[in-house]
Amino acid sequence: MSVSDIVLDVQDLRVDIDTPRGPVHAVRGVSFQVRRGETLCLVGESGCGKSMTSLAIMGLLPRAARRGTTRLAVLGEDLSRAGRRRINTLRGNKMAMIFQEPMTALNPAYNIGEQLAEHYRHHRRASAAQARERAVELLEKVGIASAGQRLGQYPHQLSGGLRQRVMIAMALMCGPELLIADEPSTALDVTIQAQILRLLADLQAELGIAMVLITHDLGVVARIARQVAVMYAGQIVEQGPVAELFAAPRHPYTEGLLACIPVPGRTPPGTPLGTIPGVVPALTGELRGCAFHDRCRHAQPLCRQEVPVHQAPPGRQWRCIREAT
Amino acid sequence: MAAPIPPVLAEAPARLTWQRLRHNKALLAGGAILLLIILVALLAPWLSPHDPYFQDLTHRTAPPVWYDKGTWLHPLGTDQLGRDYMSRLFYGARISLLIGASVALISGLIGTALGMAAGYFGGRIDMVVSFLVTTRLSMPVILVALATVAIVGGSLWVVIMVLGLLKWDRFAVVMRSATQQVRSLEYVSAAQAAGASTWRIVRSEVLPNVVPHLIVIATLEAASAILLEAALSFLGLGVQPPLPSWGLMISEAKAYMFFSFWLIAIPGSALALLIFAINLAGDGLHQWLTPEDKA
Repeated sequence: MSVSDIVLDVQDLRVDIDTPRGPVHAVRGVSFQVRRGETLCLVGESGCGKSMTSLAIMGLLPRAARRGTTRLAVLGEDLSRAGRRRINTLRGNKMAMIFQEPMTALNPAYNIGEQLAEHYRHHRRASAAQARERAVELLEKVGIASAGQRLGQYPHQLSGGLRQRVMIAMALMCGPELLIADEPSTALDVTIQAQILRLLADLQAELGIAMVLITHDLGVVARIARQVAVMYAGQIVEQGPVAELFAAPRHPYTEGLLACIPVPGRTPPGTPLGTIPGVVPALTGELRGCAFHDRCRHAQPLCRQEVPVHQAPPGRQWRCIREAT
Repeated sequence: MAAPIPPVLAEAPARLTWQRLRHNKALLAGGAILLLIILVALLAPWLSPHDPYFQDLTHRTAPPVWYDKGTWLHPLGTDQLGRDYMSRLFYGARISLLIGASVALISGLIGTALGMAAGYFGGRIDMVVSFLVTTRLSMPVILVALATVAIVGGSLWVVIMVLGLLKWDRFAVVMRSATQQVRSLEYVSAAQAAGASTWRIVRSEVLPNVVPHLIVIATLEAASAILLEAALSFLGLGVQPPLPSWGLMISEAKAYMFFSFWLIAIPGSALALLIFAINLAGDGLHQWLTPEDKA
């Protein structure tokens, strides 16, 4: 793979949120790359900085949050140095985002056709007829029948699953090269979740886009990701190809997460599921050493010092004092 | 590719809208009365039996037609200067509606701009706007109007400007909180993620969703402006004679109210009916326009 295949390049991304009790370090030096046609899954429990990372990439952080980074490049263009106008041209055009909550992510004041067409016409300077044609094409692509009639409907007339399909169609209107999906299936019921994720995986493969999928569902990761990055307390503690990482986790936190999933046929009925004792540490103030050490069963005094990042082929990285499990 | 989902298409939107309108009794009743008053105001020159300014001192305080001495020549009688009361009532509707509409428009523009800016941007802009609102609230409207009229003299346009520049506070407060609410919804983030500029987001994402609130405030403010004009005219600070304002008609009739009760009862009832109709229509419009219960 050549360098030009890298669609998203994030280096040392930091997000600090100002609070009355001092800054919260929500994201602490996250680095990753996503290549064309590749899906990276960001996993981790609530509050570990997954969503903040995605919002920081899109430049959608809340007002109290500050972003710092050495490089945040989309298609080789550094967003941290681009002007607001340039960013608005890239957003929606080259990079798009799908939100968690399909119930509020569509504007109730417009019908589906208007919403799909609006940004397409803005970015592409297309006519209403062209935009409509494109909207119908994409609604059909996301598996919505009689798309032409759907265009006249309002969001409240659609079910959650349909709304999320519309959101996906909207994100794809301008043919983005990077798609960020922040827990796109969490708000839906289980059968629809599977449909939506399958749809996303199919579209991603068909269109060859780079996708960052944020989820806390490891089952989802196993099915659609190629690369996984496990986040804990604002850091990526382990990343690598999905098969290797699942087969032999190197970080105790990843190990713990995987132990929490029941495997049909292998986990005997009635046995308690794995849990990780303790809670996520508060991210205020100066933080040193491994954030996981007070919950880790391999913890040593050395864990309070700076923790090295180990690397091993094929492209695996983990942040732990232990070389291997 | 996932299996296509069979469509469950709702009724045609146009029919749905009409059905909702038919069940909205408040909007229908309020709208009908309001429409009637607007028609009367517009067609005043053709509907009025006489010139509203023509004085006939031989026929002063003639009673309306339902009194024993009433005649069809003056269906609502005449006032203390012998002017036809029905004609004055019809022309007076023009003044009230003009005041209500232009005050709601001027104060609506000011209040909406300030409120939406405060709600959308927050921070320092919000602080400045909140300060302006509290400053404005600390000034009693009647007192400011009194001072202004004392300086520049009273007229219809002075009343409109004074009320228009004073009554934006409720617009600002409501628009601010409505905008804050909409701003935090994901479709605003989605529009940002789609590369929309701030101005486009405010105009085409936020504004359409706060319009229902805007309409309700506009009707309330129009009604209150009409009442304030009547109060100011009653005090002699508003519209100046011989213009036929309803407030002025009540004011001029107050000396005769024990002998010719209709002189204050007729413009008073007209005023009450107009305010009632505006409030009813505003409530109905709000119900009709709120997107959440469109289904």
